[in-house]
Amino acid sequence: MEAIAARVDAGPRELNGGGIIAAIKASGVEYVLAVPDIVTSAGLLAPIARDKELRLIRVCKEDECIGIASGLSYCDKRALILIQHTGFLDSLNAIRGVAVEYQQPICMMVGLLGHDPEKQPRASPRYGVRIIEPILDDMGIAHHLISADADIGKIQPAIETAYRESQAVAFLIGRRPKAS
Amino acid sequence: MMKRDECFRILARHITDEAVVATYSSAVDWVEINPRPLNYLSIGAMGLDSSHGLGLALGRPDKRVVVLQGDGSLLMNLGSLVTIAAVAPKNLVHLVAQNDTYEANGGHPIPNPKVDFAGIARAAGYAAAYDFSDLRIFEQQVGHVLEQDGPVFATLHVEPSKPLKYDYPSLYDPAKRKAFKAALQARNVRQGPKRKS
Repeated sequence: MEAIAARVDAGPRELNGGGIIAAIKASGVEYVLAVPDIVTSAGLLAPIARDKELRLIRVCKEDECIGIASGLSYCDKRALILIQHTGFLDSLNAIRGVAVEYQQPICMMVGLLGHDPEKQPRASPRYGVRIIEPILDDMGIAHHLISADADIGKIQPAIETAYRESQAVAFLIGRRPKAS
Repeated sequence: MMKRDECFRILARHITDEAVVATYSSAVDWVEINPRPLNYLSIGAMGLDSSHGLGLALGRPDKRVVVLQGDGSLLMNLGSLVTIAAVAPKNLVHLVAQNDTYEANGGHPIPNPKVDFAGIARAAGYAAAYDFSDLRIFEQQVGHVLEQDGPVFATLHVEPSKPLKYDYPSLYDPAKRKAFKAALQARNVRQGPKRKS
């Protein structure tokens, strides 16, 4: 019963990478700071790398993104951090210090590696995925699950809020976006 | 061997409208020597100062950004050398005070005091990298280090300092970050990469 209750609502299940990228651009984001993640590799990172309207900064380790995005924000430049949930976990101290305690507008798009897209992250078969939302809740970081095209509309308003209120936000990518 | 505060006193004579990112022990020395709104104190997530500096340098290519990092801090974010070298901001100067200790955490040694940070920066692809262990030579060359096209790296080989007073409430003070942003947004005419010292 628990497994059934945890399943997301039925409906068309596709996630269009082009739609996500359009939402990122519409949010005024100029920089994408990234470490490759297999969930978002083909549908987001590869097209972003080819996109002349976004500047992709490839970093060595995810916590670098937190510092770079913070520095950019002081210059009124918007950035999106594109990483895997493992990198999010590795960066928790940076997120705690900069995004939460320094109240910086840190916008993260986090691929949920190994997640079953038909389930909610809290019911994921992967321990590393199950703990992501509770961690974000404990840290007071707003988060949104992006698993279907219908979720893409959450992105722009959330980024606008993050920069207006100077606070962090995380988008959890629950399904591999299709390249378009 | 030099002393960090002596290096910073010399450096301060060359600093005008640059954004200066400083962390922990370097921040304590720097704000005492040169308190100013354009100081960004990177406290609370050790190692991120070089990444903060990169973000600022990208966001304000018209302004010089000087990072004052410690050796323990850089060791926590060594990959940032590779990232910075790849992005290659001409307006970034990255100075690391190497005293071979985690000074803010009890003075314990770094894992390998023989580490050659300038060598690593050079191999990573910085435009230039220097080692300074003589204060007189640093004084002679610091102007050139600050004004050439970056990213420029320099290791300042310094002694561990006398016990510092870490006034964390002041270092963390949100008002300082607010003042930093306001000062950064006050556009001025001096340019970054090609200015005269």
